Amino acid sequence: MKRMTSFVRSALVAGLVLASGPALAAGESHGAPAERQDWTFGGLFGTYDENQLQRGFQIFREVCSSCHSANLLAFRNLEEDGGPGFTEGQVKALAAEYTVQDDTIEDGERPGIPADRWPNPFPDEFIAKAANNGVVPPDFSVLAKARSIESPFPIWIVNYFTAYQEGGPDYIYNLLTGYHEEAPEGVDIAPGQYYNEHFPGNKLSMAPPLADGIVDYEGDEVPETTEQYAKDVAAFMMWVADPHLVHRKETGFKVMLFLVLFAGLLYLAKRKLWTDVAH
Amino acid sequence: MAGQSTYKPSNGFTKWLDDRLPIMRLGYDSFVDFPTPRNLNYWWTFGGILTVCLGIQIVTGIILAMHYTPEATMAFNSVEHIRRDVNWGRIIQGTHAVGASMFFIAVYIHMFRGMYYGSYKAPREILWMLGVVIFLLMMATAFFGYVLPWGQMSFWGATVITNFFSAVPVVGDAILQLLRGGFAVDNPTLNRFFSLHYLLPFMIAGVVGLHIWALHVPGNNNPAGIPVKSKQDTVPFHPYYTLKDGFAIVVFLIPFAWFVFFAPDILGHADNYIPANSQVTPTHIVPEWYFLPFYAILRAITFNIGIPFTDITFIDSKLGGVIAMFGAIVVLFFLPWLDRSPVRSGGFRPMFKWFFWLQVISFIALGYLGSKPAEGTYVVFAQIFTAYYFAYFLIILPVLSRIETPKALPASISESVLKVEAKSATTA
Repeated sequence: MKRMTSFVRSALVAGLVLASGPALAAGESHGAPAERQDWTFGGLFGTYDENQLQRGFQIFREVCSSCHSANLLAFRNLEEDGGPGFTEGQVKALAAEYTVQDDTIEDGERPGIPADRWPNPFPDEFIAKAANNGVVPPDFSVLAKARSIESPFPIWIVNYFTAYQEGGPDYIYNLLTGYHEEAPEGVDIAPGQYYNEHFPGNKLSMAPPLADGIVDYEGDEVPETTEQYAKDVAAFMMWVADPHLVHRKETGFKVMLFLVLFAGLLYLAKRKLWTDVAH
Repeated sequence: MAGQSTYKPSNGFTKWLDDRLPIMRLGYDSFVDFPTPRNLNYWWTFGGILTVCLGIQIVTGIILAMHYTPEATMAFNSVEHIRRDVNWGRIIQGTHAVGASMFFIAVYIHMFRGMYYGSYKAPREILWMLGVVIFLLMMATAFFGYVLPWGQMSFWGATVITNFFSAVPVVGDAILQLLRGGFAVDNPTLNRFFSLHYLLPFMIAGVVGLHIWALHVPGNNNPAGIPVKSKQDTVPFHPYYTLKDGFAIVVFLIPFAWFVFFAPDILGHADNYIPANSQVTPTHIVPEWYFLPFYAILRAITFNIGIPFTDITFIDSKLGGVIAMFGAIVVLFFLPWLDRSPVRSGGFRPMFKWFFWLQVISFIALGYLGSKPAEGTYVVFAQIFTAYYFAYFLIILPVLSRIETPKALPASISESVLKVEAKSATTA
């Protein structure tokens, strides 16, 4: 047993080598420190909230998707397990509302079907740039994974043990709620730019996309505020980036359970085998 | 140790086979009956763990290659296709990506274990050097692999690392263009890196075969660092070490699975989810965590080397950094001859122990510094730890072997084991 504990102690030292990694995710300090949010899909047991994903989808559809593409999102994804939970009929009807390009048929255009990807708002990059102050609005497919917030020491070590993976939605929420009506004194903002305390460099070419009451949620329970919208759409973007999160975690529990039990059995077998062998 | 074979063919077929191709005998002598010191601790299980890591990477890698498209405009989306649409693709891809990190954790532990217990000393010099070759191949493979998803860090990491070679005098640019397949990192680079990423693991597997062969001639070193003297000192590899290694492997798979299933992205960089863009340079280009100590050594050389008080420079800081970084690995090849102490195990070397642990701490510190921007005090500390890294091999070890008085060694492995047993019996 003594040998075992000294092994564990040394393994901790080795773990520090690993722990020196995350600092690389930290990078340079940009803007105001972002605040972490509570997410239903955070932590080990977290799963997406269907209602929230549906609301987030509504915001994406009515607000974001007029400029942002989501090239890897297919209509069929919206009915898949662990997602917003739309029915097959809803998805078919939704897809049919869109016209998609199809070079394999005459005229090159037809109504969408569930297998189609989300249509791009702009025909090409140059038009997208021209329409958006010279910047292509980033694609939503994996955007929530391509952003993160800084975790100062020693929080980034804790992240390994809490499996913190929500830096993307945290950043998006903070960005969407981080606009200032007027830039602080001494900061020059060019026409077509907006001051945002969370954006690197603070000058963002995206106008504040959300405002209280701009999207009409069904029912009265959920407040129609910028904060609520930001949260819902950030959750939706996380699902777009990681559509199989729930299935992944569910599988993980089974694998962990198996490994822990198997390790226990192996340990007992090993101990029995070695009882009479001094070592 | 590689004594007489005790294999006895159990039936007519195995006897027939044994007369023609004694492959069963080889397997039996190497992994069943192989006499193994009875006092190996858990640090010795990392050899088996690494074999499993290699196996996992090869199996998951071959499946990934069936779905991956090595073409600059399609690579990024094909990895996402694997994650989104391929059956079990998200888990296979996650295992492969996390597996690279786990492989390096295990290899660093394995190497430091060898350094602490003097496993590189005679008669195991070739065993050690083959290990360093495997480590180099692993680094190349991991680097090529990280480029394949063709995200921003893939692209810019490839740009920075291939650029090292331009520091080589005279032929630098030619090497650079050969590596990249052009003047800049682009589709030809991706194609050749994919090809090499598929090739190198099989070379690793080959060198691992040599590594195990070279292990089985002198047999395992052990925590006491003294050679096996009698049959009392050993136990057969199977079932004693198959079970002990098996237990350790399964325990190792627990944090492995933790990352794969609950935090698959935590070991990587968010920027690599942005598709490669040659027009936008990320604010910080950082390699994967397992390269950080060497990256810190590279950037610690901020000065030119030449004749003082003149403008004559022999080695500019860029070339100096590259030499230091590669030198940090090359020096390992000479380790068996730098440490002349006749005592293998650090456990019996009172002075060595301190310097060894300082080296471990310094290596971890270099890893931390590699993740930080190369400016201000970070550079100063990186220079101090880099100096210690080299001093450990080139000055401390050679000097120690002259001035240190080692503790008395036990007469045999079985005696040392019995002493430990007796001690724990009295304290219990």
